[in-house]
Amino acid sequence: MDTPVSPSADGREILDSVVIRFAGDSGDGMQLAGDQFTQTTAVAGNDLATFPDFPAEIRAPAGTTFGVSGFQIHFASHDVLTPGDAPDVLVAMNPAALKVNLHDVPKGGLIIVNTGAFTKGNLKKAGYEKDPLLDGTVAPFRVLKLDISKLTADAVASFGLGSKASLRTKNLWTLGLLYWMFDRDRIPTVAWLEGKFAKHPDVAKANIAALNAGHAYGETAEMPQGVGSYKVPKAVLSPGHYRNITGNEALAWGLAAGGRLAGLPVMFGSYPITPASSVLHNLAKLKHFGVTTFQAEDEIAAICSAIGAAFGGALGATATSGPGMALKGEALGLAIMTELPIVVFDIQRAGPSTGMPTKTEQSDLFQAIWGRNGDAPLCVLAPASPSECFHYAIEACRIATQYMTPVIVLSDGFIANGAEPWKIPDFNEIERFEVKFQQDTEGFHPYVRNPETLARVWVKPGTPGLEHRIGGLEKDFGSGNISYDPKNHHQMTKMREAKILGIANRQPEQPVELGTDHGKLAVVGWGSTYGSIHSAVRQARAEGLDVSHIHLRQMWPMARNLGTLLRRYEKILVPELNNGQLYRVLRAEYLVPAEPLDKIEGQPFKVAEVLEGIRQHLNA
Amino acid sequence: MTPLDPPTPKLTKKDFVSDQEVRWCPGCGDYAILAAVQRALPDMDVVREKTVFVSGIGCSSRFPYYMNTYGFHTIHGRAPALATGLKLANPELDVWVITGDGDGLSIGGNHLMHLLRRNVDVQLMLFNNRIYGLTKGQYSPTSILGQRSPSTPMGSVDAPINPTLFALGAGARFVARAIDTSVKTLGDVLTEARAHRGASFVEILQNCPVFNDGTWNAVAAKEVASDTQLWVEHGKPLRFGANLEKGLRIVEGGRVEVVTVGEGGVPESEVVVHDETDRTLAFLLAQLSVPEMPMAFGVLYRDPRPAYGTAIVAQNEQALAKQGPGDVNALLRSGHTWMVE
Repeated sequence: MDTPVSPSADGREILDSVVIRFAGDSGDGMQLAGDQFTQTTAVAGNDLATFPDFPAEIRAPAGTTFGVSGFQIHFASHDVLTPGDAPDVLVAMNPAALKVNLHDVPKGGLIIVNTGAFTKGNLKKAGYEKDPLLDGTVAPFRVLKLDISKLTADAVASFGLGSKASLRTKNLWTLGLLYWMFDRDRIPTVAWLEGKFAKHPDVAKANIAALNAGHAYGETAEMPQGVGSYKVPKAVLSPGHYRNITGNEALAWGLAAGGRLAGLPVMFGSYPITPASSVLHNLAKLKHFGVTTFQAEDEIAAICSAIGAAFGGALGATATSGPGMALKGEALGLAIMTELPIVVFDIQRAGPSTGMPTKTEQSDLFQAIWGRNGDAPLCVLAPASPSECFHYAIEACRIATQYMTPVIVLSDGFIANGAEPWKIPDFNEIERFEVKFQQDTEGFHPYVRNPETLARVWVKPGTPGLEHRIGGLEKDFGSGNISYDPKNHHQMTKMREAKILGIANRQPEQPVELGTDHGKLAVVGWGSTYGSIHSAVRQARAEGLDVSHIHLRQMWPMARNLGTLLRRYEKILVPELNNGQLYRVLRAEYLVPAEPLDKIEGQPFKVAEVLEGIRQHLNA
Repeated sequence: MTPLDPPTPKLTKKDFVSDQEVRWCPGCGDYAILAAVQRALPDMDVVREKTVFVSGIGCSSRFPYYMNTYGFHTIHGRAPALATGLKLANPELDVWVITGDGDGLSIGGNHLMHLLRRNVDVQLMLFNNRIYGLTKGQYSPTSILGQRSPSTPMGSVDAPINPTLFALGAGARFVARAIDTSVKTLGDVLTEARAHRGASFVEILQNCPVFNDGTWNAVAAKEVASDTQLWVEHGKPLRFGANLEKGLRIVEGGRVEVVTVGEGGVPESEVVVHDETDRTLAFLLAQLSVPEMPMAFGVLYRDPRPAYGTAIVAQNEQALAKQGPGDVNALLRSGHTWMVE
């Protein structure tokens, strides 16, 4: 929270930007509180970014540190690129939430604690021997101690919900207090509650009462020294129609849109896996868009169903995460060999093996580019933010159908669950890429190619006179029949490579996001690290450092000018949420002196961490 | 069809023969199966361009290359999954899945189970030669106990799986069994399989002359056939033998016994009448094995229910009827949105 610049007309202190972290038990409704705060903040006209961070356990034992669920939102009167390095305000609904999050709060930060949950038992479960509210632990911070449990119970007592259900509304009470504190409008949340609990009006009323009570408490109660009410002025956003969007929503919608643009039905076969499952959930609601969803028996069946659909003339697609990608490897090879268009969303998570399912990582890059038997090239794209997922899902559909190839879109847990305001595009302005199936029988064989794209023809079974057989065995270049001819295999391998590399010819050149197209240091990133890198480079440049930001979205093939561009910098730093993958690809491809900056903690980069890396590499 | 359409010439066997040279070993049972299919298809009035053969990996899975229809030779064990996606994308296609005992019951057992229980509208032919042929003779999940092979030099200790029993257990609504060399009966069974809507499972006993020659001799050899093969027919008593002098009777406790019918034996009324909708009977029949019992062939079980694709299409149409054709711009603007001036 910045130093207040001036008080507003209504006596509120004006702040430029704020980071709030809601933290509590998995069952405390912190994600819901965070979501609602996000929606109202968007309406208030701030730019924002969010970071939900929750445990893999659905309901971990109450009160434990591993059961703590968090939601961080960064909102400001300027553009916001990351969910924030450190919370200015920490809401801790129990001792475990305080224990897990306190070390992230800067000195002087505001902590709102629910003292009602600071019981002996909860303190013990959190690993506190003494009450941290009394032993000086929280002395460096501004602390607002409230028995939120009791205040909530009093507020909803008249609804006769029983003590357990009453207590469940304490997230709304807390939200009400924060709405007062940051001058947010309650109406959108009231409307949302009325809709959500339409069948249980008393539950809706109790939640609304809790929200109002929290708000009223802020208005009437005397706050301790240093705790006030604030206002974050509207950000200057480009005019238009906006919504918040998460990465997985955007992928699902982009796929439905991509099917429309290709003029094809979509067949999405998928197997549930964290953090990709919500792509399936979202698409299952879009049947009226010509989307068929199929929950397969396993990851292999999921991608095979997509390949079968592609053979049948539909847009086949699937979504998964790292472990599922490993299982899909062989089938990806089949799609490469048979040159069928499928779209694969890989929502990366911390690995190897089961790893940390709900934590973000960028460690599937090698797997996406190279993780198959044989020389098996395909196209890999990587959106840099939740809203970019919409565009890249469409791009994946376009490239897949125009080049008859599988396309992998690499997202990650951070993009998948994080939300950002999105200026909604006009679908009618997006260029169509309608698929034309082969009809002509003259000179036909299944591997006849488009001389420009090298894509083979796509035939829809049911077309008379074009009956043909394809499969995983090597094909003769000139007839599509099975071939074991040595020279032919060499030729076909080169051809498959040339087709994929050729995609770059019709893709945009690599731009420089910020800075100059030459200089001392290029910071090269990909995917969800965009915000942290961009903010760090911006700060470094403000300090006078010669540093530029380059962010890759075309992971394979890479942009055709990338090598030339990178060679114009003396040093290249590659921040990644893995043990160093892109920097090795860049070295291998371009013989440039790329250096890694890795973080493998299941958490996004903080701006300060990237900034420190920049300073080190510039000896600044 | 309007009266002005020229009559479609009836297809013949050779219309289904592709230009690819068949590369199975001489004497392989697969030749007989291929011939039976190519001969039977014209009589089923199939439309060639709407017919797709999908296979996995193994000797049997080369099958699609030899059929002049659409075909997809996929990866090991996954043909059922691929066929499911194909059928969902293009429900009008007439899809056949070709698999073997290794492909369908070992590496692909999971997919086979789910194809059957979902009741995907395909015909699935499982060529059972009780051996891995293409990898040169290792024992398979249907190999008998004690099978000697390169990977089991002292004999296999794995209990074999019964494919027909597996299919019934997985919830298949059409389960049949046939023999490679019995071209006429094989063609009949396949015709029934194709007429069935939903997943049709057909186990075909097949000989591998190179790695497992004569594995089915005790059942399939001409000399013993009349005593070892029980060809079932719906509504007819379960009788077999050179002069149909034998029959099956169910005794107390649900056991099945072979009885002599007629003179010196029991009256025909005591012989079980085949009811192809009786799942319990199907389980009994599927388990019969030589030498104690004859092996059951023909349509052991048929009790249709709506196919998977039909139900999926119905949901898609229901969503369309209720919500109208999806509008992407409306979708993007659904839920909570706001204007920035």
